[in-house]
Amino acid sequence: MSGTEQHLHLHASDTAPGDERADGREVAEGLLGYLIGLGFATLITVVAFFISGTSLVWQPSIPIALFVLAIAQMGVHLVFFLHITTGPDNVNNVLALAFGVLIVLLLMVGSLWIMSHLNHNMVPMDRVMQMQR
Amino acid sequence: MSVAQATTGYGEPYRTDGRTASHAALGLASKRIIVGYGFWIFLLSDIIMFSAFFATYAVLSGETAGGPSGKDVFHLNIVAIETACLLLSSFTCGVASIGSRAHKALMYYGSMAVTAVLGAAFLFLEIREFAGMVAVGAGPTRSAFLSAFFTLVGCHGLHVTLGLLWLLTMMAQVLAKGFRADILRRVLCFALFWHTLDIIWVGIFTVVYLMGVAQ
Repeated sequence: MSGTEQHLHLHASDTAPGDERADGREVAEGLLGYLIGLGFATLITVVAFFISGTSLVWQPSIPIALFVLAIAQMGVHLVFFLHITTGPDNVNNVLALAFGVLIVLLLMVGSLWIMSHLNHNMVPMDRVMQMQR
Repeated sequence: MSVAQATTGYGEPYRTDGRTASHAALGLASKRIIVGYGFWIFLLSDIIMFSAFFATYAVLSGETAGGPSGKDVFHLNIVAIETACLLLSSFTCGVASIGSRAHKALMYYGSMAVTAVLGAAFLFLEIREFAGMVAVGAGPTRSAFLSAFFTLVGCHGLHVTLGLLWLLTMMAQVLAKGFRADILRRVLCFALFWHTLDIIWVGIFTVVYLMGVAQ
């Protein structure tokens, strides 16, 4: 295969996010993918709701468990509903997602980090009131 | 030539301004891929906007100003029903997008209608929850925690409302114009939008409701 042919092949097999494949596919096959996704998502959701109210596990571990379950469920949604995969036809979609995740992490972790430090260094409210008097 | 057709895959070769087929095959992706990719970029920017609201909520969630905390005002059984509605609607939306690509009218209209009903049920429950909270004096003006709560969850509810309007528009457009390639691209974008709303809801029910009650 020459270089040009490889190039053609790469572009021919790109897929849009949300599409499973560029070519037509069987209805039953597509339905099965969504059903598997629904099953996984339901399972994770039920576990998350169960864990939030249980006293069976060590209490400080609950927020971490909920966090991990949420990330897992977002992954399930991305793979089975939005069809963002690791395949060569999905490189553009994955790269855009990776950049989005980077910004989201910077924004959320940065805000929480900065605000907790500000809280720590702030003069308590009653002292502010006294100083204004 | 065959490559160009394989690239689009939806009976609409990408040739709008006299580009030859080999030209299209060498560098240009099909319009469906370009539209889907562009909308994916928009959705990621929407997610980044939501992450700012999430960060605000996480910073302010403890600042109740002597008012009610999450434990006092959240009802997890309602949230569970809301979650089930959105998750099932995400599934039926997927079925609808299969139906649209396979040009199966009954599958498309049926699952779009179920998606609309589930989305409306979600909105009804959310509005009832908001109204109930305002009625007991836990409105957005009560504390920084409640301001952040109503901003974050309300913004998601606003997205669901717009999504519902878009959903009905897509049903009407397919009814009026059939399963044309340009209409199918809009259905693709709508499905992406609806699935993304469910992803954001996963973040909301975890960070706001489950963690708020577990605290």
